[in-house]
Amino acid sequence: MKQSTLMKIASTSILKNKMRTLLTMLGIVIGVGAVIVMVAIGNGAQSQIKAQIGGLGTNLIVVMPGSTTPGGVNQGAGSYSKLTVDDAKLLKQNGTLFSLVSPVVNTRMQVINGQSNWKTNISGVSTDYPDIRNWTTSSGSFFGDDDVQASHKVAVLGQTVVDNLFPNSNPIGAQIRIGSVPFTVVGVMQAKGQNAGGQDQDDAVLVPYTTAQTRLSGNVRIPQILVSTDSADQMATAQEEVSGIMRDAHRLDGAPDDFTVKNQTEIADAMSSTTKVMSGLLAAIASISLVVGGIGIMNIMLVSVTERTREIGIRMAIGARGSDVLTQFLVESIVMSVLGGIIGLAVGFGGAAILGHFTGWATSTPLSAVAIAVGFSGAVGMFFGYYPARKAAGLNPIQALRYE
Amino acid sequence: MTTQHPVIEISKVKKVYSMGTNKVFALRGIDLTVERGEMIAVMGTSGSGKSTLMNILGCLDVPTEGSYTLDGIRVDGMSRNDLADLRNAKLGFVFQGFNLLARTSAIENVELPLLYDRTGRKLDTKKLAAESLTRVGLGDRLDHQPSELSGGQQQRVAIARALVTQPTLLLADEPTGNLDSRTTVEVMALFQELNDQGISIVLVTHEPDVAQYAKRIVDVRDGHIIRDHPVVDRRCAADDLRELDAARTADDAERDASLVEAA
Repeated sequence: MKQSTLMKIASTSILKNKMRTLLTMLGIVIGVGAVIVMVAIGNGAQSQIKAQIGGLGTNLIVVMPGSTTPGGVNQGAGSYSKLTVDDAKLLKQNGTLFSLVSPVVNTRMQVINGQSNWKTNISGVSTDYPDIRNWTTSSGSFFGDDDVQASHKVAVLGQTVVDNLFPNSNPIGAQIRIGSVPFTVVGVMQAKGQNAGGQDQDDAVLVPYTTAQTRLSGNVRIPQILVSTDSADQMATAQEEVSGIMRDAHRLDGAPDDFTVKNQTEIADAMSSTTKVMSGLLAAIASISLVVGGIGIMNIMLVSVTERTREIGIRMAIGARGSDVLTQFLVESIVMSVLGGIIGLAVGFGGAAILGHFTGWATSTPLSAVAIAVGFSGAVGMFFGYYPARKAAGLNPIQALRYE
Repeated sequence: MTTQHPVIEISKVKKVYSMGTNKVFALRGIDLTVERGEMIAVMGTSGSGKSTLMNILGCLDVPTEGSYTLDGIRVDGMSRNDLADLRNAKLGFVFQGFNLLARTSAIENVELPLLYDRTGRKLDTKKLAAESLTRVGLGDRLDHQPSELSGGQQQRVAIARALVTQPTLLLADEPTGNLDSRTTVEVMALFQELNDQGISIVLVTHEPDVAQYAKRIVDVRDGHIIRDHPVVDRRCAADDLRELDAARTADDAERDASLVEAA
């Protein structure tokens, strides 16, 4: 039989029982709708977490000193570190998979502007730092390479520091003191807010690392080197390259690393795998309703086969083969469930949007979920429609014709 | 070529139903030949085996023993699918209960057998269905649903459906069983008209009046054909219909006259 004829026969009988068709589809509509909403919530949470982690810095690799606390006695800041500014320079020179490198020299000091003062984190960094952290200035500009070369006493302030030291005035060009050392403010960083750990990232002052070392902390050792890879895909190889360069620089030659290399993707992966489990769980719960919807279809199709026994008998008497009847009922149930799936998609997207609007949760539905939902509802129709269709096809035409 | 074959040729056909350990002999050896252009009435009481014979002739069932040749094609031993195709190609069914699809227009009902056609010979199914309905006098009722038609009209739709595939044989199982006497004559007139056009017809009935419209009567009892004879005093349904109409007009005139008198 022709494809179009088959679709015609099936769609006519679907349309002839509008109410029943609608109620039958309802199970699939709710099932698919629930799956879409759940996946949207899970996926939204996932991408929100990814965005938060991405905000820490793009493609970030952090080089930190290894654990050098002999006898369990902490050696204290500066003394334990084997990282030096030279390591950072070597990384910058020899790296092929990354171009952005910044040492980080941290101290915590009092910052003074006239009458106001504020204790904050002072970070000595290189000019690559804004790019590594994905952070730009909101006014003024970041210090340049010449400032780093010449250890100029220039500072870029975080928004929180500006709020506390310059409540009513423009900080650009102003003179402040960090500890007892006078600095010129050249820029203000864009407000970045809290990080995932709840720390205020804007409560910081950035100065050239050379200046920080010579004028503020006095340490040659540095606690951290930040590296940013050129592409997220090469994270793992870039990490190996960093390790290699570091080992050469420290002439380790078979000895264990005296540094550790970590990257953001590890954190991101851990976080997103957690949310993946969560959204998987939600989808699994939702797909139960899809199965229940499928059983609903089977139920109705069985009733329909009994109710239409005579019709089946007539069709067989005038020349329908068993396979024609089977296909007719199968197509009916598949059409019903796919139609239900498509309506369910609309309901799901609508539901997710409404939920997102009222709860403020981020929701996003990947295209793959759409394809899976529709495909799965079709499969449900085929699976649960097969038994009733088989039953219809196996009817004896003589008995079917006599059926009252 | 095919015109040389009889439409139906069955010999020594037996049908045995097993009900648990019991065996029911529905047909105990039947020989029957139907030539092209015949109009045969199969008569018998319930339990005589006429329904079983009808089912076998209609390729809905296969004989337990014996041979059946329909239009030169051996039917006994065919698969279910081949039987279905054969029914579609060679046979037209008319049932007692009309057996139209509910909530489906007349033209769609008539179109139905063409949708199951596997030979690809019927292309413009809508046109053929409309032609068939016109042939039975329902050209103006194409889009009516069965519930909007009278019993006689529904049976005409069923006949149109049986005719639309241009079958070799029209099988009618108690076609007038659900109709009043006038409509019965109407439907029989249609059958006679179709027979005159060359269509072979086998009809099953238990009404002797109806059988009188056929050319030949086959009496079945206890699974045997007990009598097979041509109809001597064949009635013409079209004439009967004219008589009925005349009688009614006379009745009406009489009633009208008495009404006038009463007034």
